[in-house]
Amino acid sequence: MAHVWRMIGQRLLFGLLTLFIISVVIFGATELLPGDLARELLGQSATPETLAALREQLGLNDPAPLRYWNWLTSALQGDFGVSMGNKRPIADLIAARLGNTLFLAAYAAAMAVPLSLLLGVLAALWRNSIFDRAVNAMALTSISFPEFFVAYILIVWLAQSGVFPSMVRFSASTTFGDRLYMSFLPALTLTLVVTAHMMRMTRAAIINLLASPYIEMARLKGISPWRIVVRHAVPNALAPIINVVALNLAYLITGVVVVEVVFVYPGLGQLMVDAVSNRDIAVVQAVALIFASAYVLLNLLADVLSTLSNPRLMHQR
Amino acid sequence: MTQPRTFTDISRRGVIRGAATIGAAALILPASLRPAAAQPKPGGVFRVGIGHGSTTDGLDPGLWDNLYAQTFAAARHNQLIEVDANTQLAPELAERWETTDGTTWTFKIREGVTFHSGKTMTVDDVVASLNHHRGDDSTSAVKPFFEPVTDIKADGQNVVVTLNAANADFAYLMSDYHLPIMPSTDGKIDPTSNDGAGGYVVESYEPGVQATLTKNPNYWKSDRAHFDGIELLSIIDPAARLNALMTGAVDLIDQVDVATIELLKARGGNQILSISGNAHYVFPMDSRAAPFDDNNVRLALKYGLDRQEMVDKILGGHGSVANDNPIGPASRYFFTDLEAKSYDPDKAKFYLKEAGMETLDVTLTAADAAFTGAVDAAVLFSEKAAGAGINITVERAPNDGYWDNVWMKKPFCASYWGGRPVEDQMFTTAYSSGAAWNDSFWDHTRFNELLVEARAVVDEDKRREMYQEMQQIVSFEGSVVIPMYNNYVMALSDKVATPEKISANWNLDGFRCVERWWFA
Repeated sequence: MAHVWRMIGQRLLFGLLTLFIISVVIFGATELLPGDLARELLGQSATPETLAALREQLGLNDPAPLRYWNWLTSALQGDFGVSMGNKRPIADLIAARLGNTLFLAAYAAAMAVPLSLLLGVLAALWRNSIFDRAVNAMALTSISFPEFFVAYILIVWLAQSGVFPSMVRFSASTTFGDRLYMSFLPALTLTLVVTAHMMRMTRAAIINLLASPYIEMARLKGISPWRIVVRHAVPNALAPIINVVALNLAYLITGVVVVEVVFVYPGLGQLMVDAVSNRDIAVVQAVALIFASAYVLLNLLADVLSTLSNPRLMHQR
Repeated sequence: MTQPRTFTDISRRGVIRGAATIGAAALILPASLRPAAAQPKPGGVFRVGIGHGSTTDGLDPGLWDNLYAQTFAAARHNQLIEVDANTQLAPELAERWETTDGTTWTFKIREGVTFHSGKTMTVDDVVASLNHHRGDDSTSAVKPFFEPVTDIKADGQNVVVTLNAANADFAYLMSDYHLPIMPSTDGKIDPTSNDGAGGYVVESYEPGVQATLTKNPNYWKSDRAHFDGIELLSIIDPAARLNALMTGAVDLIDQVDVATIELLKARGGNQILSISGNAHYVFPMDSRAAPFDDNNVRLALKYGLDRQEMVDKILGGHGSVANDNPIGPASRYFFTDLEAKSYDPDKAKFYLKEAGMETLDVTLTAADAAFTGAVDAAVLFSEKAAGAGINITVERAPNDGYWDNVWMKKPFCASYWGGRPVEDQMFTTAYSSGAAWNDSFWDHTRFNELLVEARAVVDEDKRREMYQEMQQIVSFEGSVVIPMYNNYVMALSDKVATPEKISANWNLDGFRCVERWWFA
């Protein structure tokens, strides 16, 4: 077990290094974009005088390395600063939206992960049957359409008839049940988009194992097919499945801006897009770091779980 | 010359008749709306889905730049002066205003008005609210309009503004949406506060998402702010906005996609409002650089596009042909008898020849950031101009950074103007020599003289004549192709009732739908 802890420690340190490098890259990338916050805030109505005054107030005249250093030192002390656009503390700005994003990701994952594992196992079990082909065809169809298209189709079917709302509005008084009801369509859209990937990986991993000699042995001993798959094949197929699930979970947190726009969902994606188009670098940095952390942590989790699920790695000689 | 028709003469029926003759459904109102217009009724929560709004939106009035910020401001704030439904100035927090010479303006401030916080509005608050847009460290977008102001001071219950030159239209500036009156301490307003003297009190505001407001029980206007509450939602995606209206999640949406209007009407339960104002789309040419420094080339281009086709295809009929005239049909001195320029390849060729050219090659840069359909409009322009021997290469620019890298940088590009209530403001902003936003870098001696002269003229007929001459000059010698005036197109639920007349000053009834409309 000790080496697992050591691995976690090492990976967290590397994770921090990754986050640092990402923050440099993001800062550099936003510097390369044309224009700056002052220009974006004043838009078409900017004059040289107002631009100069606004740049002075926002501290945009300092050289880039100095601005990065100022941001880094305060971020390390847990102070992400205030949004340059409207002077609101970034922590406040992000907290509510991060909660919304995690809620939607968890909601979609709670539907998509069990569904795709079950379908994957069944498809492997009844390989090349009508069921297998139908599930594959449906999953591939839904992943092939762009997300916004899937979303619009669901709106036509389920929202215009009044069954589910087409837009999400959270307020302080929204109950958990209301949240589930209002977010159903975006969660369903995301489920349709991510299911195929996980389902196909589950199916492939299990089919691969079903050809191995120990499964042959189990079959010769007369064990039922369902028991062979669940008890003998799935535990050995866990590592690749866990990795794919982790990747998809990270996607659900970071990649859903299109779905957010269509359903007017107040999540981090929209915040990131607004912040980039307005060059509000402090917000961009904070959101980018959250996204990067999601990838780092979920990948770490996947590696730890694959190690734990593999006796050969757990009991190394 | 017949007396030009001002917008104020046009009844809604007149507009419908006018629209029918140009073959465009300019203003569509169901009959059910008209009887309801008589009696405003209090109650209900009015939910508006607006296609603007961003998480970086702030409360600083100098930086408001989108419809969300403007409508939100109109709900919670009052100004000194408002523009009424007839595009005339009406008193708001200023009871009356007067000037004798056009340089010293006295605004009598209303007494007994309280802010939401309970503080009584004073003359000092007014002075501080205006001074927020002046001075070296001001970052306000209206700072250039305060350049001529030399002094703002309190005098009893009056605020006295002194200018460095006479301007008969100065009072119009006080109706600008950047100038709400806010409470002050020590001569400064707090630009992060949402305290105002308007009809609704802010309950919650999440930038880029939503704002909820409740009726101000102490509102000084008795005939306004009929709703119990207002909810303003930022819905950027046009399809999401339409869905929100169709599923009853909102009562009003702005910027309806013109392609979907017929389908929306067929569905029923909704009304479309299409209001023609002064907003217009433009293609400015850099008049300092060849080939645009030759007016013959500019005229060739002006005769090389089919304006009616653009109105039909780009605006879906929700607009009207503009004759390279930045003064719109909702303006007092709109020049109706200006000679119309139709698509005329022969004339275009003639002017090319005058300029000593057989063919002309130019590049037109456009992005949809300039206006919805700008790239399509540029392609239409290019197709038609080819018939006159003008080769326009359409260059598509990214939306991001358009105002930074293209507008006023490229010699020929697409842009828009929101329309100004006053002729002088429009001309001074974009056509006077050396103005910061003179996007064609145009410099016309007679025009510049007239512009300064007309400001100080008080006689109506004389002014009208002068402004019409200016429109004539801009249209035929200016360096901006102005193909069309775009309507403000909104869709609202049948439950909502509006006054007989909707303001053409800005979108959403001059942003005032929140306090002028009610539930039938």
